[in-house]
Amino acid sequence: MNHPSDTHPQHQLQVCDLVKSYGKVPALKGIDLHVDAGEFVALLGPNGAGKSTLFQLLSGLFVADSGRIRIDGRDLRDDPIGALAKLGIVFQQSTLDLDLSVRRNLLFHCDMHGMQGSRARIDSALQAMGLADNTRSAARALSGGNRRKVELIRALLHEPAILLMDEATVGLDPASRSELVRDVRALCKEQRLAVLWATHLVEEVEQADRVYILDKGTMLAHGTPAEILTQTASDSLLDAFLQLTGQTRHSGEGAA
Amino acid sequence: MTITHALRALRALSMRELIKFWQQKGRMFSAMVRPGLWLLVFAAGFQNVFGVSIIPPYETYIEYQEYIAPGLLAMVLLFNGMQTSLAMVYDREMGVMRLLLTAPLPRWYLLLCKLLAGTVLSVIQAYAFLAMCYLAGINLPDTAWLAALPGLLLGGAMLGALGLLLSVTIRQLENFASTMNFVIFPMFFLSTALYPLWKLEESGADLIYQIARFNPFTHVVEFLRFSMYGQFNAGAFAVVSGCFLGFFALAVIGYNPQSVMVRRKGKA
Repeated sequence: MNHPSDTHPQHQLQVCDLVKSYGKVPALKGIDLHVDAGEFVALLGPNGAGKSTLFQLLSGLFVADSGRIRIDGRDLRDDPIGALAKLGIVFQQSTLDLDLSVRRNLLFHCDMHGMQGSRARIDSALQAMGLADNTRSAARALSGGNRRKVELIRALLHEPAILLMDEATVGLDPASRSELVRDVRALCKEQRLAVLWATHLVEEVEQADRVYILDKGTMLAHGTPAEILTQTASDSLLDAFLQLTGQTRHSGEGAA
Repeated sequence: MTITHALRALRALSMRELIKFWQQKGRMFSAMVRPGLWLLVFAAGFQNVFGVSIIPPYETYIEYQEYIAPGLLAMVLLFNGMQTSLAMVYDREMGVMRLLLTAPLPRWYLLLCKLLAGTVLSVIQAYAFLAMCYLAGINLPDTAWLAALPGLLLGGAMLGALGLLLSVTIRQLENFASTMNFVIFPMFFLSTALYPLWKLEESGADLIYQIARFNPFTHVVEFLRFSMYGQFNAGAFAVVSGCFLGFFALAVIGYNPQSVMVRRKGKA
């Protein structure tokens, strides 16, 4: 049976009734979400909520038990290669090859996407991110913040329709964290990039266009930050998040 | 997938393997030392212990060093095949595997590219060892360096495919060494790399003889041995080709996101 919004033309990412279990343990229970062009959408959830499982399904690393994922109109199950070509991902764990130079890492990605004229695009992207001097540096020599920037550049080189950021600020200092959030938000506005930003840190997503709150594999709430405050009669997104996930301020310290 | 895209991906994966090989200066050295010791020390010591009678592809009595040279070349391929496995496990631990598996290419093709890149490295190292054999004065046919190429390519591909298959089941680098002890040493010692099959049969070690007969590595060694002497061993070719296809197909199944193995482990 088709979901009513299966063929919505605007959605860059559309997830319908997604279910995933590991053996008898349910990880995701019927997840629906969508992200449109130019939107910065947050997926907020405590550790173990199912965010990483959802991202593994979105990136084709795992296959859902049921439900559908469409990326730029392409069904990930029916046309995985077409769908993955329109997907940019920054994983929680660094995926740079630390033994290779920054340029070589980026060239590798371009070749894997079959891109032509990649050298000029790489130079221009590094310049724009203030990393022009690091082109020949080994990825190992970069700071954590700059590694993330290189991963962000890499995720965007093939001009994806949707950018997935899977807890991409883990391990970064507060300054690098807010810089990364700022950079991605700017891309979102300037290039009308669709972004799905997964995190357990509420402060990162207070300015998001829309927020999904996930816990124990269930989507607890969805809407603009203002709508979620109204739904939960809360004064802040943090309070709303804690109320929905049944956490106290003390137990949810990591969310602040 | 267009041909241009496929070739670019193959170039990317091959370049990555070559750059990393170039950066690991000790890798070529250790690849030479291991079989070099067997050739120059072990073979010299056992020169008069093992008598090798005239068996195909040989047309006359040969020195023991000449007998074990193909086996040691296959040893180079075996170790590099396992290195492919180690590289896959390392990539998984470092997160690079995720990047690879989310590339817009069929998974079987990604694995094939990895395999081809690894096979090229195997052949390069095997040729370095072959040069060492010539320099050490081992009595090999003048054309063996060229005639060995089909054996090196097919043997390298089969052992690389075995490495890929093993990397499906080895989830952590810590488990790698112990797993390899159960693969490399039994495969090498229970084969015709160091002694011909008839020696095992004659000694009465029937179980070992039967294991060695069915050991795929035995057939890599024999296909290579016959190739070096300009002969074609159809039986060994069939076994090595069949094992290559089987190992590679199982590796592709193992890396499929719907694979039972992947689902059970819950880790990409």
